[in-house]
Amino acid sequence: MIEAIFFYVFSAVLIGSAAWVISSRNPVHSVLALILAFFNAAGLFVMLGAEFLAMIMVIVYVGAVAVLFLFVVMMLDIDFVKLKAGLVKNAFVGFIVGGVLLAEFVWMYLRWGMSQVTPHVMMPTPDMAQVNNTQALGMVLYTHYVYLFQISGLILLVAMIGAITLTHRRRPDNRTQKVAIQVARNPKDVLKVEKITSGSGVH
Amino acid sequence: MANSVTEQIQGLWNSDFSVAYVQPTAFAGLHVLEFVVPLIIAVAYLTYAERKVLAAMQMRQGPNVVGPFGLLQPLADGLKLLAKETIIPSGANRGVFLFAPMLTFLLSLVAWAVIPVNAGWVVSNINVGVLYLFAISSLGVYGILMAGWASNSRYAFLGGLRSAAQMVSYEVSMGFVLVSVLLTTGSLNLTAIVDAQHPFWVSLMLFPMFIVFVISALAETNRAPFDLPEGESELVGGYNVEYSSMTFALFFLGEYSNMILMSGMTSVLFLGAWLPPFGISALAVVPGFIWFALKVCFVLFVFIWTRATLPRFRYDQLMRLGWKVFLPFTLVWLVFMAAVLLYNHALPGMQGG
Amino acid sequence: MIATDLLTNYFPIVVFLVIATGLSMLMVGVSFLAAKQKPDTEKISAYECGFEAFADARMKFDVRFYLVSILFIIFDLEVAFLFPWAITLGKIGLYGFWSMMVFLGVLTVGFIYEWRKGALDWE
Repeated sequence: MIEAIFFYVFSAVLIGSAAWVISSRNPVHSVLALILAFFNAAGLFVMLGAEFLAMIMVIVYVGAVAVLFLFVVMMLDIDFVKLKAGLVKNAFVGFIVGGVLLAEFVWMYLRWGMSQVTPHVMMPTPDMAQVNNTQALGMVLYTHYVYLFQISGLILLVAMIGAITLTHRRRPDNRTQKVAIQVARNPKDVLKVEKITSGSGVH
Repeated sequence: MANSVTEQIQGLWNSDFSVAYVQPTAFAGLHVLEFVVPLIIAVAYLTYAERKVLAAMQMRQGPNVVGPFGLLQPLADGLKLLAKETIIPSGANRGVFLFAPMLTFLLSLVAWAVIPVNAGWVVSNINVGVLYLFAISSLGVYGILMAGWASNSRYAFLGGLRSAAQMVSYEVSMGFVLVSVLLTTGSLNLTAIVDAQHPFWVSLMLFPMFIVFVISALAETNRAPFDLPEGESELVGGYNVEYSSMTFALFFLGEYSNMILMSGMTSVLFLGAWLPPFGISALAVVPGFIWFALKVCFVLFVFIWTRATLPRFRYDQLMRLGWKVFLPFTLVWLVFMAAVLLYNHALPGMQGG
Repeated sequence: MIATDLLTNYFPIVVFLVIATGLSMLMVGVSFLAAKQKPDTEKISAYECGFEAFADARMKFDVRFYLVSILFIIFDLEVAFLFPWAITLGKIGLYGFWSMMVFLGVLTVGFIYEWRKGALDWE
């Protein structure tokens, strides 16, 4: 019973904050509402027993992706009046797209079922009491699903290269510290210790 | 029925509803308070200890006026901050402005839910304790970012952004260090990490990771020598320039609480939280949580010692250290450790060897 | 639902969160009650070394922060993949080890590219 309460609370806040994301006038508030939505999604994952996924959701989505969003939104000066003016123009197309998506969901839900092939191809989920969620994932991800794993690595590589190509600008007149050269300096080449008797001065 | 009041209360306490819902909540709340109250006192006295230790290292006295040996100093500081006016700058986003310090303080408290101070003494013994701690560190960025943005002041904003970028850069190497610790223990549960038995040479291989972790913890908590974003002489206090009274106090407490948290993490992951040092069983007469407290105090002393000794890093040097030194080093060491452990069949869960 | 052992372990975290939130709200609330609040135009103006603020506090978009956060996302995901691998390496043995090495190799190529391009320099 208490699980049902938690489920309804998490789901309600999730839907509410998702609605706030798109309806808020302040972009920073939108990002904060998105963060709240992510937290509640993580809570729902915990209720399903997928604790690793819930934590990774918080670490990656809230801890990294939303930080990126926040950096961008805080630094950009978004003119809301111009943004809102487009709403009426695009509302019709928006409704069509949303309607198509909704129809797809309904169709999928009505036709949900397992194919004959799938149970033989998929790995069976181990019993939760024997093997915890993270170990269960670890045992199959790097061996059974190795191609998918490597593809995700390649996607990350493309993201890295793409981000640098699009945003990196080298300042031409910049002088930086070359630490390796500084550290490799030999004291004998640059310092000379003079022993001076008092009163005689340096010569 | 002539039931006395106590009997009625006992009846309510033992009723079905209460056993299912009220009792677990009450016991959980009790365990939480067992952690929170000593933690708040510890944070207050950490500020005192820092001032005394810094003073001793600088050949002076430190606070010694308010109460014997200045022991009531934290109380005086707290009362002063309480009695000051909370100034909310014009143009500041009120809700976010007030929420940011609350978030910082809250996160540094909530992380203690998974830290075991003795065998079985942990508020919440979840299977993914390490990930939970890593998530809390990742969330720490938000308090600072929001404080900097909501203050509507150039200094605060720049300080907040830089501080956030710094914390984020050292998260990566912390993550790799955590993974190398996990290689030796085979579980994400913190109690299991402390209980894991490994041969001495494995602990020796973890030593460089220990060093990197302590330095990353310094950068995470914005402590010297990585305190450029909040140094008084640089950005006038950075993201907390517009904060006063209790909101400032919450940031301050949150930072010290984070320090204690990082020390707690270090002792759990590397120093064997409640186990007597070097496994000398003769020392086991001292209760586990005393050893835990002593280890935390040792790491805190190292933090304060570094503050007294080292000059501040310039921001680009700091970022260089995080990305170009720690990241490759921890990654290479992680691969090396995995290879060595695999070769020697010393991984937990492996048969034979 | 699912193994309630798992969920009962998470319940104290919720209680902790509620208590911590209550405590921080109490601390902020008490100062509003205890101290005299007298806002004044000078006190609430932004700090800028004694002058009035010249421009809006929002600075120009600095792309370095964006780049740092994107790189952080990528490496964070790498660490996320490393967590289950680290705890099950004993069970997946050599095959799992080499599979992860290929993944790390791919990302190291990216890291070297970034380094040579100068994306890791702050200036």
